[in-house]
Amino acid sequence: MVERQSPLEPEFHTGSHGNFEHGVEILLTETRPGSIVQLTAWPGEEKTLMAAIRTFTGLALPDGAGGGLSDGAKSVFGFAPGKFTVTDEAEGLAAAFAKVVTPAIGTVTDLSHGRIAIRIAGPKAEWVLAKFFAIDFALPAFPIGAGRSTTHHDVFAQIQRTSADQFDIYVFRSFARSFWKALCHASEEVGYEVQ
Amino acid sequence: MLITCPYCGPRDVIEFTYQGDGNRERPDPASQNFEAWNAYVYDRLNPAGDHNEIWQHSGGCRAHLRVVRNTLTHEISSVAFVRGDHAPATRRKAEDKA
Ligand SMILES: [Zn+2]
Repeated sequence: MVERQSPLEPEFHTGSHGNFEHGVEILLTETRPGSIVQLTAWPGEEKTLMAAIRTFTGLALPDGAGGGLSDGAKSVFGFAPGKFTVTDEAEGLAAAFAKVVTPAIGTVTDLSHGRIAIRIAGPKAEWVLAKFFAIDFALPAFPIGAGRSTTHHDVFAQIQRTSADQFDIYVFRSFARSFWKALCHASEEVGYEVQ
Repeated sequence: MLITCPYCGPRDVIEFTYQGDGNRERPDPASQNFEAWNAYVYDRLNPAGDHNEIWQHSGGCRAHLRVVRNTLTHEISSVAFVRGDHAPATRRKAEDKA
């Protein structure tokens, strides 16, 4: 397979930054999943698609808007009616899904080279993200595993909460570096570490 | 102004794109009824009060929504998916026959 370059490269500086004299409260990483795939079910085929996702990933999607879960290697969440984002550390997820998600069920779109995943973790993760997005990041409103589609200015973002103080943000590759820089600036006042 | 998307919940209006008057009825594309086309393109109710509108949650789930907005107060009294209540295809087909 083609070796994927990080779009963050010139602005990706490992180590501690900003106000970290009293410790870092934010950890920023690029998780680099091998596969990022978007699946859509035609109306009425949602359950069939959710069953296919379970077969392939072992992840049983909960019912309801924005439901999702992650086992660390693979993640899935709903981001729109009948639409799901599925990611895997390994490559080849789109090809695997194309075999079972037939044109009668829905569509498979491979976004592995189109999006990147930025992980923000730490006690101030909610607080930093609240500066960016006008959605409720509190745990009861945004439970672990759930996904949200929203926008930071014109940068479309899909966000999945992967633990109480950790969020994975999927943004367009072409906007990723500028979004990353903004995220770094926003994290400066509480001290952040890039790993 | 907040619009409560049936999928995403309450979101700022900045995430939405106005798609026009929801009262319009598009004539059959083959129709040569010029009055019907004229009404579709130009006639607007322009009410001072509740107005049927189509919005897209373009900065979110991207669903098209049927919204009733009060043009005087911006109060939103109803939001629903344009494509029915997101009912399964089988149920929608049954309804079409009725
Ligand atoms: Zn929405």
